[in-house]
Amino acid sequence: MTQVKMTVNGKAATGEVEGRTLLVQFLRENLGMTGTHVGCDTSQCGACVVHVNGEAVKSCSMLAVEAQGAEVATIEGQAAPDGTLNTIQQAFQDHHGLQCGFCTPGMVMSAAALLKENPKPTEADVRHYLDGNICRCTGYHNIVKAIMAASGQDVGTIAAE
Amino acid sequence: MPKDSGIGASSKRREDIRFLTGEGNYTDDINVNGQAHVYFLRSDIAHGTLNSVDTSAADGMEGVVKIFTGADFEAVGSVPCGWQVTDKHGEPMQEPRHPVLAHGKVRHVGEPIAAVVAETLEQARDAAEAIVLDISELPAVVNMKDAVKEGATKVHDDLTSNLCYDWGFVEENKGAVDEAFSNAAHVTTLELTNNRLVANPMEPRVAVGDFARGTGDHTLYTTSQNPHVIRLLMGAFVLGIPEHKLRVVAPDVGGGFGTKIFHYQEEAFVTFAAKACNRAVKWTSSRSEAFMSDAHGRDHVTKIELALDKDHNFMALRTDTYANMGAYLSTFAPSVPTWLHGTLMAGNYKTPLIYVNVKAVFTNTVPVDAYRGAGRPEATYQLERLVDKAAHELGVDPIKLRRQNFVTEFPYATPVAVEYDTGDYVATMDKLEEMADIAGFKKRREASEAKGKLRGFGVNCYIEACGIAPSNLVGQLGARAGLFESCTVRVNATGGLVVMTGSHSHGQGHETSFAQVVADMIGIDEGMVEIVHGDTANTPMGMGTYGSRSLAVGGSAMVKATEKIIAKATKIASHLLEASESDVELKDGAFTVAGTDKSVAWGDVTLAAYVPHNYPLEEIEPGLEETAFYDPSNFTYPSGAYACEVEIDPETGQVTVERFSAADDFGNIVNPMIVTGQVHGGLAQGIGQALLENCAYDADGQLLSASYMDYAMPRASDLPFYDVDHSCQTPCTHNPLGVKGCGEAGAIGSPPAVVNAVLDAMRSAGKDVGHIDMPVSPNRVWEAMQG
Repeated sequence: MTQVKMTVNGKAATGEVEGRTLLVQFLRENLGMTGTHVGCDTSQCGACVVHVNGEAVKSCSMLAVEAQGAEVATIEGQAAPDGTLNTIQQAFQDHHGLQCGFCTPGMVMSAAALLKENPKPTEADVRHYLDGNICRCTGYHNIVKAIMAASGQDVGTIAAE
Repeated sequence: MPKDSGIGASSKRREDIRFLTGEGNYTDDINVNGQAHVYFLRSDIAHGTLNSVDTSAADGMEGVVKIFTGADFEAVGSVPCGWQVTDKHGEPMQEPRHPVLAHGKVRHVGEPIAAVVAETLEQARDAAEAIVLDISELPAVVNMKDAVKEGATKVHDDLTSNLCYDWGFVEENKGAVDEAFSNAAHVTTLELTNNRLVANPMEPRVAVGDFARGTGDHTLYTTSQNPHVIRLLMGAFVLGIPEHKLRVVAPDVGGGFGTKIFHYQEEAFVTFAAKACNRAVKWTSSRSEAFMSDAHGRDHVTKIELALDKDHNFMALRTDTYANMGAYLSTFAPSVPTWLHGTLMAGNYKTPLIYVNVKAVFTNTVPVDAYRGAGRPEATYQLERLVDKAAHELGVDPIKLRRQNFVTEFPYATPVAVEYDTGDYVATMDKLEEMADIAGFKKRREASEAKGKLRGFGVNCYIEACGIAPSNLVGQLGARAGLFESCTVRVNATGGLVVMTGSHSHGQGHETSFAQVVADMIGIDEGMVEIVHGDTANTPMGMGTYGSRSLAVGGSAMVKATEKIIAKATKIASHLLEASESDVELKDGAFTVAGTDKSVAWGDVTLAAYVPHNYPLEEIEPGLEETAFYDPSNFTYPSGAYACEVEIDPETGQVTVERFSAADDFGNIVNPMIVTGQVHGGLAQGIGQALLENCAYDADGQLLSASYMDYAMPRASDLPFYDVDHSCQTPCTHNPLGVKGCGEAGAIGSPPAVVNAVLDAMRSAGKDVGHIDMPVSPNRVWEAMQG
């Protein structure tokens, strides 16, 4: 067992892990932060996306020990301390960008990473960036719309309610 | 003006807040103190005699609590099937035993053979590797037509053959149908496959069994669309636990699409093992396990024929379908190719004579059951592909041929046993033609061709039957369950309401839309209504959510219970107002005496119900809580017309969807935003089936598509923005909300439009191949283009 120390959503987090413990297991099982989800076992679905030192990472494909000393951000830390949703979260609610909610944490974290590197993405940019995030409920329409709206673009001309 | 609250408003979803902040409570987020973990050792052989399971090397390994094999479940019931189909000779279907853990034989890749319960999942997995299996491999039965040949290897030795049933519908019509074909001016024939799919909700299945020795109470936390159904099936038929000692909780569930309706072995296992081990036992499916243990969908092979007269009127329809059941009968599997498929073969058309034959076949594959649409997509696909083919053979416009044969008068009794109450297929087609901008297609095709691409346009109609009902009728058809729904409405003293529904939400947003209905009926803020679902301990016995039934059936129960509440509250109000009950009306959250300014607020009436000082105690009981059960008198019949435009790259065979338009008639709409979202999701699954998804087995019964590396899930870049409209509304005539259901329409209605568009694009390059099977992969298109 190895002791790992990292910062998760700005707070110090430590735990004893095995060498094979994945970052997502550390978050879910050691820290009890169950907002980050596991939807596959081949690093395809993206439900587990978190940020490590500001980069989007699939936390199922990183060992907890690799995150030693890192700054980790998860879905639990995205809203303001008073619970106010951030711009991306609010856009997902406003544009019905989620249904069952299972892929949503990964979608929100990926969207944040996208908008950091590309503040005004086109529809094609968003769809391309989300290749590593699978949603089975929404057909992506409202996710793409929400992310474009979160970037400050007018989505009023896109079809539907 | 769009409404900003109540029925008809696009109220934002309240459940989103917890899902967007990581505070959802999914089954895998539940951990019970002291829980152990189970790992299932699954068969990697499709068909074999299980000679022995030697656990001796694994038994003492670190962390191992207990190892179970099929022998431990010999005295336990079979995993039950909830529908018995009667074949065309009046005989019941063949129904094999479905063990919790394999015993004697293994019958599909993924079938659980042994279960290791250990302190940690890793320890359970390590110990499972030390279990020695002795399996004598048998020839695998994979191809359905081979499976029913004389002398074929049998999946179940105790059955007479691999034929589960041979169903004729309506058998008495067969002679008249055949005669119509012999008199036809034109006959169009089509042979096609409806590809096997895997539902793939993003949340894999999870089951946590808990047992309290002190009270004898069992609790099962599970990823289910219908916790009461699981409680009944598992309690009564598998484990022998009475309902009052078994609580089933399905908390936040991450999508279902049908595959979480069914009762699975893993649920029975963790419930059984929790008692045997005297501690909670948790199972979380990996995605790889999900591919080989979640019930699959579709998998029909069909020959369909249409007889037309010289004026292109449809005279008769005849189908011959092989439907894959897999190795065992999943919960509702036998009903899907029969009562959910044969009854829909009339589609939107007034074809007077129809005969449907379905042979359900056992194979060494994962069981097949309902997946979004369940039988109705299979019916729609074959019919709408066939009508398109007929139009091209006859040289007539496919839309014109459809319009000519539309049912236009309602109610309409089809020749396949159902009666459509309402619909307006002309209106949805008119709307579709406007949305799809058919006039502009020529220019768009020219633009595609200028880029070296081919462009095609395809259209189809659909009809579906939702809210399967009524219970007494489906009982005659073989259902072993009731199909009612339930609701308890509890009004608190200060006026807030708790609505406990037997329906279940796993992405549909019931917590929002159901509250809109109740709030609207009373005239109060939606925030005063809380929707509770998913726990047998605090909801009345209900049948859950599937088949687009929640609002049509569950919503109706809720309306009935709320009406009872309003009736009693009106009595209390009339006492407080010293007015005749008939003069008192509820509006905008207050009871008013008609024609006066005398009124009493909702909250004062509810308070009086619980503080009955000034109260007619001699006439009515205190309190304000009512329950209603609603059993529908008919199905509902949503319908619509869809259009797809594709581009094909002739160099690679790659197909892209450039436009998709959907005009639906769902009757009345409670939350347009949610309805639109349901259609979007259905379209993605339908387009996924048409272009990408395929669950493939090789000849040895090995599952070739068992991960997201091999099974092509639709990604954001595979799909367009959709144009969705539901302004055509013919309300359902037999439920109080006039709603029809919208959950499955997109998946039912979209595959034929896509394939019709692909074939149209190929014809534009002079390639008239007649048909191409789904998924229309680049390889298939490219090969067809070369031929």
